[in-house]
Amino acid sequence: MKDYSLSELKNIANLVRQDIIRMTTAAGSGHPGGSLGMADIFTALYFKILNHNHELPHWQDRDRLILSNGHICPVLYATLAERGYFALHLLKKFRQLNSPLQGHPHQHSLAGVENSSGPLGQGLSMACGLALGAKLNKQNYQVFAITSDGEHNEGQTWEAVMLTNKYKLNNLINIIDLNGIQIDGYTKNIMPLDDLKEKYKSFGWKVLTCDGHNMKDIIKTLTKAKTSKQPVVILAKTILGKGVSFMENNFSWHGKAPNKQEAEKALNELKKYA
Amino acid sequence: MPNKEYKSTRDAYGEALLNLAKNNKNIVVVSADLAESTRVQNFAKKYPERFFEVGVAEQNMLGVASGLSLAGKTVFASSFAVFSPGRNWDQLRISVCYSQANVKIVSTHAGLSVGEDGASHQALEDIAITRVLPNIIVISPLDYEETKKAVAAISKIKNPVYLRLHRQNSAQITEQKSPFQIGKANILQAGKDITLVGCGPILNEAIITAQNLKNKKISVEIINCHTIKPLDQKTILKSLQKTKKLITLEEHQIAGGLGSAILEQVASHYPVPVKMIGVQDSFGESGKPEELWHKYKIDNHYIFQEIIKMIKNK
Repeated sequence: MKDYSLSELKNIANLVRQDIIRMTTAAGSGHPGGSLGMADIFTALYFKILNHNHELPHWQDRDRLILSNGHICPVLYATLAERGYFALHLLKKFRQLNSPLQGHPHQHSLAGVENSSGPLGQGLSMACGLALGAKLNKQNYQVFAITSDGEHNEGQTWEAVMLTNKYKLNNLINIIDLNGIQIDGYTKNIMPLDDLKEKYKSFGWKVLTCDGHNMKDIIKTLTKAKTSKQPVVILAKTILGKGVSFMENNFSWHGKAPNKQEAEKALNELKKYA
Repeated sequence: MPNKEYKSTRDAYGEALLNLAKNNKNIVVVSADLAESTRVQNFAKKYPERFFEVGVAEQNMLGVASGLSLAGKTVFASSFAVFSPGRNWDQLRISVCYSQANVKIVSTHAGLSVGEDGASHQALEDIAITRVLPNIIVISPLDYEETKKAVAAISKIKNPVYLRLHRQNSAQITEQKSPFQIGKANILQAGKDITLVGCGPILNEAIITAQNLKNKKISVEIINCHTIKPLDQKTILKSLQKTKKLITLEEHQIAGGLGSAILEQVASHYPVPVKMIGVQDSFGESGKPEELWHKYKIDNHYIFQEIIKMIKNK
C-alpha cells in the first residue's frame, strides 16, 4: 500500500468533502454536517490505518470498519470511492432508486460496506460480535467502530460498552465523533453526556483523545490505539460541517442538503484549500 | 394418539444444540442471563469458548449475534419470547433481518402456558412481530421430537430464523421418524368435514377435540403448520378444497398470527367459512396452563363447541 504523506492525506480529505457536497446536493437530501466532520478521520482510516485491499473487499483478514451512525454514510461512500472501491461517478446515484448507495448503508448493496445501519445504537454491539468472532477464529484483524456522541443516548451503546470490557476486546477500537450536535440541537441541551472520558474509564476502557481535524494527531492516536492491550475509545473532537464556513457548528445542517447555490459556495471554499 | 410421556420443547432445544455443536464447530450461542431457563447451559458448560453471556441486555444480544455472524458464525441467540423478539425488535429488524445475518432467535416461554408468571411474561404477539419482517423464517414446533428436528434443520441454513418454544412439558405427538421439513406442513390426521390448521403444543387440544367429535360423526383434518413463514399454502389449500371449512388454532393473539397468515395467503383467494381460535385481544394472567387455555378459549372444550357450530351453520 502506498504510504501517503500528511499533505496528500489532507488533499484527499478535501476531495472527500467536495464529494459529500456534490452527493447530498444531487440527492436533495442526506446528512452533510456529520459527514464533513468525519472526512479527516475516514481519510486517515482508509488511506493509512486500516489493513484492507479495495481490490479484495471480502478478504477474510481485513480490518473491519463498522459504521454505527449510518446517516453519515456520504463520508463512507465518498472515501470508499476515492480509495477505489468503486467508480467515483457512482456517487451521483446516492439515494436514487435502484442504487447501491442507499440513504443509510446496506451491507449487501455495496462492496466495502461492512454492516447495515441507520437506527442508532446498534453498531457497537455488532463490532463486539465481530471482535469476539475474530478471537474465536484466531484471526488478527481489528474492528473499528464509528459511533456518534448523540447515539450515546441509546442504552444499547452502554450495553455494548460493558460487554467490551467483560471480554477484554483489545481488538476493538471505538471512535466517537464528538461534534456536540444531534438532530434537534446541541448535545449538552438534548441529553448531556458530561464527561465521556470518565464514563468510559470507569467501564474499563483505555481513553484516547484527538483533534478530529488534525491529520497528524489523528494518525498518531489511531496508531497508538492499534497496539493497546485493552479496549480503546478515541474521543475525536470534530466540528459538524467542517470545511464549509456557513455549515460549521450549525445543527440545521445535520440532516439538510445544500441547494445548488449553497453547494457552489461550499465547493468554492473547499477548492481554495486544495 | 399422543404418547404418554410429556417433555418440553425447550429441553429438546438444549439437547439438540449440544448434539449439533459436537460436529458443527461453527455454532456459537449468545444468552441474555437466561441460559438455564432456555436450556443452553449445558452447551455453555461444554463449550465455554463458544458461549457468550451478555447479561440482561437483549438488544445487545442481537447486535453481538449479528457481529458474530459477520465473522462467519452460526449464531443461536436465546432468551424468553417476551424479551426477544419483544424487547429487541428494532435490532431484529436491522441487525438481523435487513443484514441477512445467520442468527437463530430461539426463544422459550412463549404463550399463556408460561402460567403463574402472568401476563408480563406470556408472549402472545411474537409470531405477529416476527413474520412481518422480510428475510426471516418463523417456526413454531409441535413437540419435543419436532423441535429437535427443527433445531437441526435451521442450523444448516444461513437465513435468520425465529424459533418459538415453550416452557412446559407437553404431549409428544410426533415420533422420531416423523418427517420434518421447513415450510412443509404435516397432516397429523386426515379428515373430511373440516380443516383445522394450528401450530405449537396447543395442537394437542385439537387432537383431543377430534377424538371427542368422532362420537358425533364429525371428522376433522388436522394440519400441523409448524412453519408460519414461509407458509405451506399448497397443503392448506388442498385440504380446504376437500373440507370447505377452516379453523385456525394458536397460543397467540388472533391478530397477526398463523391464522392471519392463512387468511392473507390462502383463504383470500379460496374463500371458505373461517373460525380463528386464539387469544382475543387481551393480556393473560397468572394461572395453570390448562386453566388459562380454558379461560382464554383455546382449549379442547372451546374448539369442540366451535366446530359443532360451524358444522351446524353450513
